[in-house]
Amino acid sequence: MYTQGLDQQGKPEGKRDAPESAADLEAFQKRIDAEEKIEAKDWMPAAYRRTLVRQISQHAHSEIIGMQPEGNWLTRAPTLKRKAILLAKVQDEAGHGLYLYGAAETLGVSRDQMVADLLSGKAKYSTIFNYPTLTWADIGTIGWLVDGAAIMNQIPLCRCSYGPYARAMVRICKEESFHQRQGFDIMLVLCRGSGEQKAMAQDALDRWWWPSLMMFGPHDSESKHSAKSMAWKIKRFSNDELRQKFVDATVPQAEFLGLKMPDDDLRYDKKSGHYRFGEIDWQEFHDVIAGNGPCNRQRLEQRTRAQDDGAWVREAACAHAAKHAAKAA
Amino acid sequence: MQNKEWALYEVFIRTRAGLSHRHAGSLHAADDQMALDYARDTYTRRSEGVSLWVVRSDQIVASDPAESAAFFEPAEDKIYRHPTFYEIPDGVENL
Ligand SMILES: [Fe+2]
Ligand SMILES: [Fe+2]
Repeated sequence: MYTQGLDQQGKPEGKRDAPESAADLEAFQKRIDAEEKIEAKDWMPAAYRRTLVRQISQHAHSEIIGMQPEGNWLTRAPTLKRKAILLAKVQDEAGHGLYLYGAAETLGVSRDQMVADLLSGKAKYSTIFNYPTLTWADIGTIGWLVDGAAIMNQIPLCRCSYGPYARAMVRICKEESFHQRQGFDIMLVLCRGSGEQKAMAQDALDRWWWPSLMMFGPHDSESKHSAKSMAWKIKRFSNDELRQKFVDATVPQAEFLGLKMPDDDLRYDKKSGHYRFGEIDWQEFHDVIAGNGPCNRQRLEQRTRAQDDGAWVREAACAHAAKHAAKAA
Repeated sequence: MQNKEWALYEVFIRTRAGLSHRHAGSLHAADDQMALDYARDTYTRRSEGVSLWVVRSDQIVASDPAESAAFFEPAEDKIYRHPTFYEIPDGVENL
């Protein structure tokens, strides 16, 4: 997922763009308003392009970094069946990252540049992946909550005005529901198991619930580029709207599992038909974005190491390709 | 990243016999065979295809969207190419 409204974390647009004519801008907005898709080679305002590059590349980075917390349990999954499922899930997340890098590249940014921006810390990824996976129940909770939140966020992105992003999202969304269900299935087994297993499930929920709510990004009132993204139909719902949908969908699932949400303010509001919930610890959110979450350093170090350790493979592949090209010539 | 970036390929999938290949997305690979293998792993993990095409993106010749009005203009005014152009009197059938 995991665009997280991090797209709204960017600095105010200070860069000067080449002048854009009012007629071009108006014609562009007309196409958007008519629900026409914008394709890679079409004219687009520089700010639209920049917003998309930032959002899609952050999204791609999140998929890639997101493999780490779950990858942590691949060798320790409790059964062969769970191991095979988790492996398939993590492989899907790699695929999501690749679809999204491909979509971002259509906007003129190179893959190498995006990777370099991730490794240098210039590009962000979702805060949720900076939390540790301490027990097997964390893997269940990630599938259930984190992929669940991702689905809420990603479904409207299938209708995003930028064609290549929208098409990548359709592909991704098809794969996400397996992710969420396998997570819920892990929780179900734990909650129907021994007292110890159920306590493990509750502990994981206690730790992941609030960070999951943070995945939707800051309150609408704090969100800088939101209005523009809505006008461009990159975003279809606000952060708070999506968060509310997620809470409404998830609380009954927790009740079914017999787990308690770690929020004393949580209650059902009959009049509106929504669950009301407590205030998010925004200080924690900003700390994690700033690089001070429990695992930020570890995540980037591991990604950098993978990049460095893979260098010889990439070089060898190039040498192999060059040799065979020479032979064929 | 001292390596030079691998070439960009476009991926096309035939989802089942009888359908044409359709663009699915892109990927980077060092050579054609690697592009095919990666296309399989990236785009057909759930048996989405029975045939794959990969082609280097720089080998695709494309029309220019900025020129599309002029480029496609010759087809615009030939409404007689469509069957609805012709009036069929009542009583004439199978036409
Ligand atoms: Fe994903
Ligand atoms: Fe997922």
